[in-house]
Amino acid sequence: MITGHLPVIAVMTPLLGAILCVLTRSSILAWGLTLIGAAIPALSSLIILVQVLSRGMLSYHMGGWEPPWGIEFRIDAANAFVLVIVSAVGLCCAFFARKSVDEEIPQSSQPLFYTMLLLCLGGMLGVVATGDAFNLFVFLEISSLSAYVLVAMGAQRERRALTAAFNYLIIGTIGASFYVIGLGLIYMLTGTLNMADIAVRISTLGDNTALRMGFAFIMVGLSLKFAMFPLHFWLPNAYTFAPSVVTAFLAGTATKVALYAGLRVLYTMFSIGFLFQTETMLYVFLPLGLAAVFAASITAIFQDNVKRMLAYSSVAQMGYLLIGISLANIGGLMAAVLHLFNHAILKSGLFLAIGCVVYRTGSCSIAAFRGLGHQMPWTMAALVIGALGMIGMPATVGFTSKWFLVLAAIDSGWWFVALSIVAGSLLTLIYFGRIIEAAYLQPAPENSTITEAPFLLLLPVWLLMITSITFGINSELPVTLARAASQALFLDPHNGLPPQVSP
Amino acid sequence: MDKNFFLANYNYWAVVVLMMSGFYVVLSRNHLIKKIVGLNVFQVSVFLLYISVGKIIGGTAPILTGKPELFSNPLPHVLILTAIVVAISTTAIALSLAVRIHEAFGTLDEAGLIAIEHAIERESVQSQ
Repeated sequence: MITGHLPVIAVMTPLLGAILCVLTRSSILAWGLTLIGAAIPALSSLIILVQVLSRGMLSYHMGGWEPPWGIEFRIDAANAFVLVIVSAVGLCCAFFARKSVDEEIPQSSQPLFYTMLLLCLGGMLGVVATGDAFNLFVFLEISSLSAYVLVAMGAQRERRALTAAFNYLIIGTIGASFYVIGLGLIYMLTGTLNMADIAVRISTLGDNTALRMGFAFIMVGLSLKFAMFPLHFWLPNAYTFAPSVVTAFLAGTATKVALYAGLRVLYTMFSIGFLFQTETMLYVFLPLGLAAVFAASITAIFQDNVKRMLAYSSVAQMGYLLIGISLANIGGLMAAVLHLFNHAILKSGLFLAIGCVVYRTGSCSIAAFRGLGHQMPWTMAALVIGALGMIGMPATVGFTSKWFLVLAAIDSGWWFVALSIVAGSLLTLIYFGRIIEAAYLQPAPENSTITEAPFLLLLPVWLLMITSITFGINSELPVTLARAASQALFLDPHNGLPPQVSP
Repeated sequence: MDKNFFLANYNYWAVVVLMMSGFYVVLSRNHLIKKIVGLNVFQVSVFLLYISVGKIIGGTAPILTGKPELFSNPLPHVLILTAIVVAISTTAIALSLAVRIHEAFGTLDEAGLIAIEHAIERESVQSQ
């Protein structure tokens, strides 16, 4: 039965596609392979999501080896949802890549570019699917190493992409090494690498210093990867100088996947009963999340490069996610998962829309946006929808996720946090207001002949924006999914439905 | 704490010293190649940590021969084989980036690179 093998198919097709890509010399063939390599995971993760929702957790034993000895792909409602998000964003970006890459990357290195894109996607899907803590590190490094190369490919247009990629590499490698050190300490204590098995053994161990150190190393390592506020310095430059499609892809997936890994560590390996973790969330994540919302949003207001502005906005959005997580209750977690979905869809859509602008004008400074509201009406309309979603206007998913975040904060009695979330949204309004003002209210420079972006570029942008509006008006489906995901993470995994075992 | 605590755990002290010196080199040096060297020392300390965890003094390879024997744990060693591959790929990418940076900017000194980047930034602001 092929459906039993879907978890491994979703992860392996991009990796196999990458091998085929590197063998081709034709960029069109490589693009075709990329589309197939991104479409199959998208389709299989949709089927996996339906299966998991109807029949409970799915456990795939790699090579038929029983966990905890063999590597296990363990898929519950949480990672099924994240799998769908990552593969859908990957597919939209793969579709967008053709024309945008033609413009931004020399013909000879295009097949290699697509190879790296597929490797990055495969690595991320692997991080989300796996139930083995060391396997997670390997997949995280597959996706990170290819992400460094993807960022550096922006050097054709802007040589600062090289230094941005180098800094990303240094920070990313330190983060990954910290993760491995922490995992080593936990392995010494428990003697296992399977996450579910680690959870069982930690619960019988009780609190001790080695466990705390392991937890701290792992969380700092992952925080570097998901750009938690003071550790975010690699992100703005990497996003600004990378090729347009890479920025959209990484903004929608890389930080989200690292945050998902963090959620797994917080809620599956360790549990909310571990006092040190609860204190970390209250005294570290919450203040840093609030600081991220304000500091990064205010920095974003003063940026003249639109890509850099949205990069700082990403750091601010990670702050909202951290606030949701640090509430340490199921409502906050659900709001965080919903916001993860919202931000992945909208930020990729926004960066793709900016990719359309770069395709036509060759620049992403705010001055290049003057008068574009009339010259590129469809692109700018998509950008406005995305902006409204980021601000949290009703009838977008952004509203739903911020609404639940505020509700969860009020439930915990944290009025100050609830007010800060609303104030942060006002800051978002200011920096998106700057783009919209330039596009609609300022006249275009004289004798500019900019026209609308081609249909092939607009299609993925609008797909993502329509998704946001559809799920904003009919918010039941994403809320149901996010609730199922947060329950799978929050509640004791051993009390849930028995796993369905497949070879 | 007695003297034996330090002597018995000398492998962990070596790990800590290597880890911190590697980390310090990454953070403090300006030259990109030196940063890569520091990063390598940092990663090697992690390998040492895992390898010394798996080793049992007097233990042999875990092959079933029927005789009761003392076995070393092979799993950490295998994990580190994978981590070594990751580290080599990282170093390869870092070095190739360093080559490209040298071609594009003519320097590998971080202070020099930052100065050039600021100059580019100023130019682009003035041109608008």
